[in-house]
Amino acid sequence: MALLAAVLILNVIAGGALVFIWAERKIAARIQDRLGPTRTGGRFGWLQSLADGIKLLAKEDLMPEGADGLLFRLAPYVSFCASFCAFIALPFAFDFVGQRLNVGVFFVVAVLGLEVFGVILAGYASASKWSLFGAMREAAQVVSYEVPLGMCVVVPVMLAGSMDLVTIAEKQAGWLTNWYIFHDPFTFVIFWVYVTCAVASVNRAPFDLAEAESELVAGFHTEYSGLRWSFFFMAEYGSMFLVSGLAAVLFLGGWNGPVPVASLLGLSEGTGDTAGYLVRLVGCANLLLKATLGVLFMMWIRWTLPRLRIDQVMTTCLKYCTPIAAAMFAGVMLWQLAFPGGLVHGFGRPAGEIREGWLEGPGGRSSAGAAAASATGADRVARVIP
Amino acid sequence: MMHPVAAAMLAVGPLPLGQVNWHTVLFLLFAAAACACAVAVVLADHVVRMALYLVFCLAATAGLFFLAGAEFVGAMQLMIYVGGTLVLLVFGVMLTAQAPFVALKTAAGDKVLAGLLGAALLAVLLQSAFRVEAWRRPAAGAEAAPAATPIGMALLGVRVDGDEGGPVRSGYLLPFEIVSMHLLVVLVGAAYLARAKRRKSPRPIEVAASAVSPAEPRHQSRGSASALVSGGQR
Amino acid sequence: MTTVAFPAGAGCLAVLGEPLLAAGFLSAPVGVAHYLVVGAILFTAGIVCMAVKRNALGVLMGIELVLNGANVNFVAFSSPALRGEGASALGLDGQVIALFVILLAAAEAAVALAITLNFYNNHATVDIDRADDLKG
Repeated sequence: MALLAAVLILNVIAGGALVFIWAERKIAARIQDRLGPTRTGGRFGWLQSLADGIKLLAKEDLMPEGADGLLFRLAPYVSFCASFCAFIALPFAFDFVGQRLNVGVFFVVAVLGLEVFGVILAGYASASKWSLFGAMREAAQVVSYEVPLGMCVVVPVMLAGSMDLVTIAEKQAGWLTNWYIFHDPFTFVIFWVYVTCAVASVNRAPFDLAEAESELVAGFHTEYSGLRWSFFFMAEYGSMFLVSGLAAVLFLGGWNGPVPVASLLGLSEGTGDTAGYLVRLVGCANLLLKATLGVLFMMWIRWTLPRLRIDQVMTTCLKYCTPIAAAMFAGVMLWQLAFPGGLVHGFGRPAGEIREGWLEGPGGRSSAGAAAASATGADRVARVIP
Repeated sequence: MMHPVAAAMLAVGPLPLGQVNWHTVLFLLFAAAACACAVAVVLADHVVRMALYLVFCLAATAGLFFLAGAEFVGAMQLMIYVGGTLVLLVFGVMLTAQAPFVALKTAAGDKVLAGLLGAALLAVLLQSAFRVEAWRRPAAGAEAAPAATPIGMALLGVRVDGDEGGPVRSGYLLPFEIVSMHLLVVLVGAAYLARAKRRKSPRPIEVAASAVSPAEPRHQSRGSASALVSGGQR
Repeated sequence: MTTVAFPAGAGCLAVLGEPLLAAGFLSAPVGVAHYLVVGAILFTAGIVCMAVKRNALGVLMGIELVLNGANVNFVAFSSPALRGEGASALGLDGQVIALFVILLAAAEAAVALAITLNFYNNHATVDIDRADDLKG
């Protein structure tokens, strides 16, 4: 089962990269008032990505003379592994998750931060000043943006009462208004701060000065060609898909559609039979759609907005994103205290009740332990908060 | 305790995979990676490679934490130790990896002495690790419970784990606050220590850099890392 | 790529795994002692690294290894494999202590790096053997 999950995720990343590269070229072209690939594989250039892939595989495998051999060869794989590992905890539907981690959100954000090592290694090992500059700037940017990203990500955790991504998405089941982005005005703002920080931490769009052709030749991957370069780009598109998928799970309801068709039809996604499986498949398609829309949004702003300078990038992080995230976090906390069950329903709930995601969730790795502990655990928790 | 993966893999290959304890296999993989990389840190001369091996060692240790059921600590290790401390260390390595200092060698006598002492310490530790019978195999009926919420509650001062009627265990609110203050102090202190100082004469590092022959392109590109950071500070 | 790697991996597994399985390596469950072995190796490697390295950052890496070895020990003792002992089990305390060790190690690494960078700026070297200004 784990092997199947790993193979599927690998295919999601690889297939996704193929589709997104084509989509990027088409979107870039249309925004720039031209057509993009129109020859390979028919009128829309469907096979352009395949042609690109074949070209990359056939390229000569170069390494600069002064480069550190081991580090140079290892760097793309480190980046790719970090991007790939984060998908372990991302749920694609109710039961479609590589490993249901109790600390899913934490794990994903932690592993996303490891991609920077591949970049630093690539920059150092290339023995070129452009690479080193690009790598250092990118590392500084990614590490700085982890702070507001962490704060943005804690808000849905606070709302759901659990760091388990499956639980967070489950709590948003139902109609469109259950999604956390519509929970209160603070989470709406936090969603956009999350978008900014996510775009910055995958080094895309206005924050891509580390790879900018006009500034640093190509930044940390200047000296990489062929298959090694394509690993960096699979890692980048994988990370874009991941942060979009994470945004979908945390803020946009995960695999729940805007209309709860399954529950209206009386089907449940937890059952083992075919109907349950179909519901989960539709949920998976929902999540993939939302994540793809997120990636397309990132492509849209890349080709629309001008690039930021490094000092502007740092200013945005430290002077804008972090204080706004902190203020919105405080706002959500106060909103939860004032209206615990939501603005419409919520005046009956006791303030300060802690919702135990791991006590309620069906399935999961330790359901037996949780079921046994839930009777005493919930009482114990409820007792200590007066 | 058989891992559910084993059941799924029964049909694959000639190996009787149903008997393989995948938890043990994964433990051996992560443990071998951690130990090999730790030894590689000691044996490597090139400081950037040492940093790389340390990254792999700590990441493998995080994997060990996940296998032991301490998911929160494992995620924390990945985020703070590997993603924070080691990035800082690698930045430090990059800033100081000038050609003369990249591979500093130690005297052979020092290495032999340290090796002997290390071997003696290792022998003592290994012998004591296998001394207690109860530690050699997992306890019966052991099951991992998710720990994120109990840890969170413990840090707020309330212990929700443990048996009813057992000894009252203290929470960790005071250490939590002390560590928060400690981190604030460290933040201020490190920022003060590493600030860019206004100098009338060129820094010794700039004097040394100009003294080395400019024919080494690698040296120049390394030195530019420090110029990059100090330029950013002004 | 995936279609080639997995049969190759399965083949390797079959070839190497058979004797290991027969010897009981792959099926014996892991107890706390095995974690302690890993912790011991990390700790010793860290001590030797601190003693042997001349680069100040190498010494710092040794410190990180030592702290990690200790963390592995703490987490092993707090793991469910030892929970059978009841009231004397370390339980959650081990994980919280490991958490604090990670936090404090991060803080100490930051200060140590600041000191090292200061030293580098003033003496143009990171060789700790050259830090002998106060030598009697």
